[in-house]
Amino acid sequence: MNEQTDVKKLTFKDFETDQEVRWCPGCGDYAILKSVQMTLANIGATPENTVFVSGIGCSSRFPYYVETYGFHTIHGRAPAVATGVKLANPDLDVWLVTGDGDGLSIGGNHMLHVLRRNVDMQIMLFNNEIYGLTKGQYSPTSKPGSKTPSTPMGSVDLPLSPCSFALGAGARFVARGIDTALKALPITLERAKDHKGASFVEIFQNCIVFNDGTFDQFTQKKTAANSQIHAVHGERMIFGKEKDKGLVFNLEKFALEIVTIGENGVKEDDILVHDETNKMMAHMLVELTAPDFPVVCGVIYCNPEESYNDAVHNQMNAAKSAKKADFNALIRQGRTWIVD
Amino acid sequence: MNEQTPAGNFDEMDSVCIRFAGDSGDGMQLTGTQFSVVTALEGSDLSTFPDFPAEIRAPVGTTFGVSAFQINFGSVEVSTAGDEPDVLVAMNPAALKVSLAGLKEGGIIILDEGAFNKRNLDKAGYDSNPLEDNTLDGYQVQKLDITKMTLESVKEFGLGKKDALRSKNMWTLGLVLWMFGRDRKPITDWLEQKFKKIPDVAKANIAAVNAGHAYGETVEVSGELRRYSIGKHEVEEAGEYRTVNGNQALAWGLVAGSQLGDISLMLGSYPITPASTLLHTLSGLKEFGVMTFQAEDEIAAICGAIGASFAGNLGVTSSSGPGIALKTEAIGLAISTELPLIVVDVQRAGPSTGLPTKTEQSDLFQAVWGRNGDSSIVVLATSNPQDCFDVGIEAVRIATKYMTPVMVLSDGYIGNASEPWKLPDINKLEKFPVKHHTDTEDFHPFKRDPETLARPWVKPGTPGLLHRIGGIEKDYDSGHISYDPKNHQLMTDTRAEKIANIANDMPEQSVSLGTEGGKLAVVGWGSTRGAIHQAVKRARAENIDVSHIHIGNIWPLPRNLERLLKSYDKVIVAEMNKGQMNKLLRAEYLLDAYSLTKVTGQPFKITEILDCIREQAGDAS
Ligand code: SF4
Repeated sequence: MNEQTDVKKLTFKDFETDQEVRWCPGCGDYAILKSVQMTLANIGATPENTVFVSGIGCSSRFPYYVETYGFHTIHGRAPAVATGVKLANPDLDVWLVTGDGDGLSIGGNHMLHVLRRNVDMQIMLFNNEIYGLTKGQYSPTSKPGSKTPSTPMGSVDLPLSPCSFALGAGARFVARGIDTALKALPITLERAKDHKGASFVEIFQNCIVFNDGTFDQFTQKKTAANSQIHAVHGERMIFGKEKDKGLVFNLEKFALEIVTIGENGVKEDDILVHDETNKMMAHMLVELTAPDFPVVCGVIYCNPEESYNDAVHNQMNAAKSAKKADFNALIRQGRTWIVD
Repeated sequence: MNEQTPAGNFDEMDSVCIRFAGDSGDGMQLTGTQFSVVTALEGSDLSTFPDFPAEIRAPVGTTFGVSAFQINFGSVEVSTAGDEPDVLVAMNPAALKVSLAGLKEGGIIILDEGAFNKRNLDKAGYDSNPLEDNTLDGYQVQKLDITKMTLESVKEFGLGKKDALRSKNMWTLGLVLWMFGRDRKPITDWLEQKFKKIPDVAKANIAAVNAGHAYGETVEVSGELRRYSIGKHEVEEAGEYRTVNGNQALAWGLVAGSQLGDISLMLGSYPITPASTLLHTLSGLKEFGVMTFQAEDEIAAICGAIGASFAGNLGVTSSSGPGIALKTEAIGLAISTELPLIVVDVQRAGPSTGLPTKTEQSDLFQAVWGRNGDSSIVVLATSNPQDCFDVGIEAVRIATKYMTPVMVLSDGYIGNASEPWKLPDINKLEKFPVKHHTDTEDFHPFKRDPETLARPWVKPGTPGLLHRIGGIEKDYDSGHISYDPKNHQLMTDTRAEKIANIANDMPEQSVSLGTEGGKLAVVGWGSTRGAIHQAVKRARAENIDVSHIHIGNIWPLPRNLERLLKSYDKVIVAEMNKGQMNKLLRAEYLLDAYSLTKVTGQPFKITEILDCIREQAGDAS
């Protein structure tokens, strides 16, 4: 058999469904959908071996729009459903789509455990810092003081940082991307797919209706160069329009700080080199926020360990090769007696 | 105790009920279980009732720390763990205090005199020593210094006092084995095996068993203690038997179902009393392709199972009432997406945390109706340990054939109780191979089988059948999202019809004892089976026209049930809740039944049902 014949390379269009996309016009989700479809084409995904699982929320409509298998589940529980899918059939490539409310509020517990267990899947958390589908209430990532229908005087609770949460939960892969970054995001998603284990990708997503412009400080074209760093393993953490700014580690303050190359004797060689296997560094990088610091995107942490599904199947296989599955013998183990 | 003519130096009896009671740390569950095994091996019918506190190690000596194990065994069919113990073994004052009220008048009490010191008496709340006042008048009391005699018997093994005292239960077991003329060998074999790695402990325990036994022989001469013999139970069916408890049998039933259906099981579960042993048992059966996932919570447990079902395995989740409440929303997802799923509810006394180790049947409404939306599922009830095996298989068959969640209702009593079980041969059980859908022709994910109304079960990974499903209402024809009002009516009607139709694929309701039609019927479901059976049997012996109907298929109800129930002048519905089955039958059939209920956390006594039968039969005539 010649397996080479007729293998037509799929394009992103092959991953579009016949369903009408129902997000608000201008929503960041459209761009993410495009990036994901491009990524699937780039990695040569087989549609039938790919499953998208989601919870509830604007982002969670995602599976209906990708021409693969899909499961739109219930609020917050997608990580658990996706874990079941992956355990039952580890050959499936599982993608999880969730949001800041779905993944970090109602489903925070499941997010914690899917990361801790390191179940092999790509987790895309669309962070728009608001509840969209329920019409604009503040979310666990909303900035303090957010005025929303449920917080008319401004929200008073402190938000969490999704990537800090992921690192704290023991994620072995943590990355960030921006909805409209059609070049950078597919590269990050490809890395997420290559990583065997739970890959957590926070995607800054603009909700044009309820929280428009919340990430403008670092996502706008004119400010991006000075307010973002794209982390690449082994490369220096340099940013700025003139590529003259960089991050260094200040030993005395035990903190990262911004320096300018050429000023105060700072040379390019002084700038920190990104090491994606260094968890301490990852912790520091994800804590940098605009406007005081550039926001770090790209793969921030990647340090693989055996996945949960592999470990589970290894035990299953060990048990199967050690013992014969003889049901009649099983129930006759221990003490039995005969009545004649 | 039904005494008959004494044979040799044994008094012969039909059946005996013994209650072993002690502190949580006294090993009473172990003692009871081992005595049960020996009893079963010698061919008695038996039924056990482990009755233990929720606390793992409650403060020593307190009444709420008392752990008891009751066993009823006989040469006759016993069916229940016994109304009133004939023999009480009390290892401390608290155990005596808790169990004395239930003891049969004139019954035998064997107690450890050595434990009746001031400290323990105070802890048990005794103002005066019951061994010295008239508390025990009217009972046959054997005051033995078991503590001292145990220490004496294991002295040569040089164990510390604390370790040495651990053998007290084995000394007691030795004495009880002697009393009932039972063989010690299975116990000593088991001890040798259990303590293979610590031979001194094995030897000490065996010495204690032997010493207890020898003590019996010594005092026999003085005639202080009598011996009793219980003959073999003449079982009708020849074959190989073992004892089995409900959770074990249910776990095996599910595995058998997966073998017969040729489908891999995936259990998602979260530890909860009294369901955890299902998780324990299934996690040890990986060679059968059974995968277990101890999830972070009840919700993740069921969601993991649903994910596995979506991927083509059979998802199972197990819990008890409070956990089932947490799973409710996810059950709705499985209903809406029409995926096979088994939900096991080993019921306990509620509401809320309730009495975790005590039994009740109060999740019936939760199982049948307890969800948002019109959301029918199949509900099957188990009625005793061996029935758990059959129900496990049936649950797999129905879930996979009809693409529906199936709730299995068991309870703490069935889950923990042991009974003899005639071992089946899996090769002789009917197979029902599950087929996943692979045909791409004219496919849509909600295109139903015209007969079963089940939608096709497609494994992701199958080419040409890509589809998306979810909890949003689906279009009847295409399976796409649909908000159309008429479509929702049609889909809701169809989901209900699919479940209702399953009654045609289940056996008709039979009469388990008595006749179809007559003056009076007692209707039960679940673990009340044994008690109702015995009560009806005794009432019929008194010439009362009464029959026993035990419902196993709770939803959909058996198709002939209405006709059958209406063939009696009067119906009693006996259950361990505030009348849930009674209300369900009333709602479905406008049946005007008498509701006999009990919610003490303890199973029905035969006499409680018998009294009700006598009373209602009087009214009926
Ligand atoms: S509400 Fe916001 S997040 Fe939701 S679809 Fe509209 S723009 Fe997008």
